[in-house]
Amino acid sequence: MTPREVARTGGAGDQGAGETGSESGVSSAGRILQLGPEPSLDEALAACRDLVEDTDFPTVRRWREGGGKVLGHFQVYFPEELAHAAGMLPVKVRGAPVERREADSHFGSYLCSVLRSSLELALTGRLELDMFVTHPICDAARNLAGMWTRNLPEPSQILYFPQNPNSSFSGTYLREEYARVLSDIEEVAGRKVSDDDLRCSIAVFNENRRLLREVYAIKRETPWLLSVDEAYVLTSTAGLLPREEHNELLAGLLPLIRDRDGRQQDKMRVVFEGGFCEQPPLDLLRSIAQFCYVVDDDLLIGLRWILEDVPTGEDPLADLAEAYLNKSSYSPVQHDLRKPKEAMLLKRIRDSGAEAAIVSAAKMCEPGLDEQVAYSQELDKEDIPYFLTEFEEKMTRFDHLQIQLETFVENILFE
Amino acid sequence: MSQAVATEELIGRGNRDGKRLFQEWFAGLSDTAASGGQSAYVFVMGSLCELLRTFDLPIVFPEINSLQTAVRKVSDEYLNLAEDHGFSPDVCGYVKADYALQVRGGEHPMGRVPAPSVAVLTNACSTYIKWAEIWERMYDIPICTIDVPGARRQDDVGDYLQRDIDYVEHQLRELIQTLEEVTGRAFDIDRLREVLDRTNDMGRSWRRMMAINQGSPAVYDAMLDGTIYLGVANALRGTPEGVAYFRDLVKEMEHKAAQGISPHGVGVEEHRLIFVGVPCYPIFRRFYELFSDWGGTFVSSTYMWFASGGLHLDFEYDLTRPLESLAEGLVRGVRAATDAMLFQDKALIEAIDAYGAEGVVYHPVKSCRTVSTNLADSRRVVLESRDVLCLHIESDMMDKRVVSEAQLKNRIDAFFEGLKSRKLRLDHSAAATPSAH
Repeated sequence: MTPREVARTGGAGDQGAGETGSESGVSSAGRILQLGPEPSLDEALAACRDLVEDTDFPTVRRWREGGGKVLGHFQVYFPEELAHAAGMLPVKVRGAPVERREADSHFGSYLCSVLRSSLELALTGRLELDMFVTHPICDAARNLAGMWTRNLPEPSQILYFPQNPNSSFSGTYLREEYARVLSDIEEVAGRKVSDDDLRCSIAVFNENRRLLREVYAIKRETPWLLSVDEAYVLTSTAGLLPREEHNELLAGLLPLIRDRDGRQQDKMRVVFEGGFCEQPPLDLLRSIAQFCYVVDDDLLIGLRWILEDVPTGEDPLADLAEAYLNKSSYSPVQHDLRKPKEAMLLKRIRDSGAEAAIVSAAKMCEPGLDEQVAYSQELDKEDIPYFLTEFEEKMTRFDHLQIQLETFVENILFE
Repeated sequence: MSQAVATEELIGRGNRDGKRLFQEWFAGLSDTAASGGQSAYVFVMGSLCELLRTFDLPIVFPEINSLQTAVRKVSDEYLNLAEDHGFSPDVCGYVKADYALQVRGGEHPMGRVPAPSVAVLTNACSTYIKWAEIWERMYDIPICTIDVPGARRQDDVGDYLQRDIDYVEHQLRELIQTLEEVTGRAFDIDRLREVLDRTNDMGRSWRRMMAINQGSPAVYDAMLDGTIYLGVANALRGTPEGVAYFRDLVKEMEHKAAQGISPHGVGVEEHRLIFVGVPCYPIFRRFYELFSDWGGTFVSSTYMWFASGGLHLDFEYDLTRPLESLAEGLVRGVRAATDAMLFQDKALIEAIDAYGAEGVVYHPVKSCRTVSTNLADSRRVVLESRDVLCLHIESDMMDKRVVSEAQLKNRIDAFFEGLKSRKLRLDHSAAATPSAH
């Protein structure tokens, strides 16, 4: 696919991405990422960056203007196929670096920013949803369903993922829980979802996950062709666009990235850990990219949670549940005896050929901060250098971090 | 027995016996630690004491151990050690104090805590799961997480309750296998029946006690005295001692109610309040006095709901099907606990009516996002729905670095001044209103 094809733009009324067979999806799924004619790779990346940084969520707005409905799901993972199959746009609710005028008065003091800014986006109408789902990823996040209900008109709820995935009954439970959520989605979407709808959606998302794996393969194998911030905006737009459109975007851009005229530099290969929920500012990632090649990370891990294609068998809900439990990545907010987090981090470091790790956590993020201790103790044991830091989505100054990171890198390079 | 003698013997017996039983329980744990015996680590929300007692496992409540370090004014030593090991000042103080306690070989101001042989937890609090992962790394023991799905939404009517109960029952059967392996003992369902029966008895007493405080004057303070009762309810759940204690406690409370004896004296009651959250343990007594000095009594608290292991619910285990009923009790208890934290505004409004409360004190703490995240938001709903005054104060249950007594006092004083002037206004308007007759 050429950049021109990637860039083929249109208003919300355009037809085009209706492979799902979903009625409202077809009517709403004209390309909603507005690119100019024949954009270069850099222009396409700039457009993605603008979209990710736009706190007015223009693509979501355009989808709604076209008559589409939106399901917002809080971090980390949600089976977006369920919303997609019902013709809704699944949107990842992951906060934004906005000034908080309304939300703060609804919260106590000792809380992370992503929680507050997510509610701020909804209260101020920047992000309008037709349904909201949160998860018990942490003690703070599961409070969002009640707060949403008390303050916003759209239905909201908690999807309880199994916190005992080692139970032989967890797959059955999760399959039924998906069926329950799907039934609520159908009510909001105003249509029934068939198994074939689900299979079509799974196929679309399988393709998306395959393309994202390619993005990460480039980072791992030729990191000089794609910096961490560029890879991030390419990944992140998945949570803001119809997935067919994101597939087309990636399919068009990946060959251009591989053909990019890049030159390998003497930068340290690192893994970035700590971006599973609240997202670091893009400028922070740019600052890291000045000194390091980030060859793997857990940024927006929910979009890449499932590691293999989900089968499209007789019972698609069971297939999705099985994939969540048994073909998935790891994060500090999922407890699985088979996946001790520190062992998984070591695997990520070794599989990506990293020399060091940046072990980060969002300020006030209890799971992230707890995990920092386990990670650092394990990395000490394994004698793997690491850089410990905290961030907040709203931070704007990075000079101090840059100096620290530069010193960290130099210490290792000249050791 | 004369009235005076009865009063002298009964008043304060619950607190005295509670402290004694608590010390005896802790001494038992110290003996276990000294002999190198087995123990099970559990949490108050979904402790599954009933099942563990059938395997004769001494039960350790790390939350209680941690809060006791704060009550005994040494939590800072434990917090500092954990922070020296890399823990952030911004995470749960209970976790950090327990981590430091483990590093110190179980050393605790009340004795010595045995190391765990198994940990049993639910997802009632997400931090339980992170906490247990620390023991998993330290001790390489079985970590048994029982996943208990909570209410999916506000006003959840529980259409899928039976499905959740079946899911939990299945996990309990898996847990029994693990406990048999850990202890080398076979599961005895008749013993489970006995323990469940005792918990049922304790639950009846607990609910009676809560009901008594709906009368005026209230006979105990749900924050101060309630914390002692909660300690016994958890530590001695399902034991003969626990049954006897709460039967005695009901007698004491009924006597006080009959005599009109409140925490402030005979027939004295000024302000009926509800407490939401967890107390400020680093200055526990003083924290209570900041309210009681103004004549405030906490007639109820969400703490006595979510930390009572479901004793407050109108539910009793069915002894003809013990395991299924244990699963049901766990689902109902954990769900009620999480509802009391996540969706508490409706229950609070009902409690305001039932207890005739004129004020609600919200106390979010740094350490606990579960109980603290939405309190400011919930307060808005309560204020819109009932003519009460609300106070929102922040501190911590463990970390005295974020406890500013002077600031707390300022806010609390202003709250009571508001309550008093409101009362005056209401009295004046009542006096000015001509009688309908």
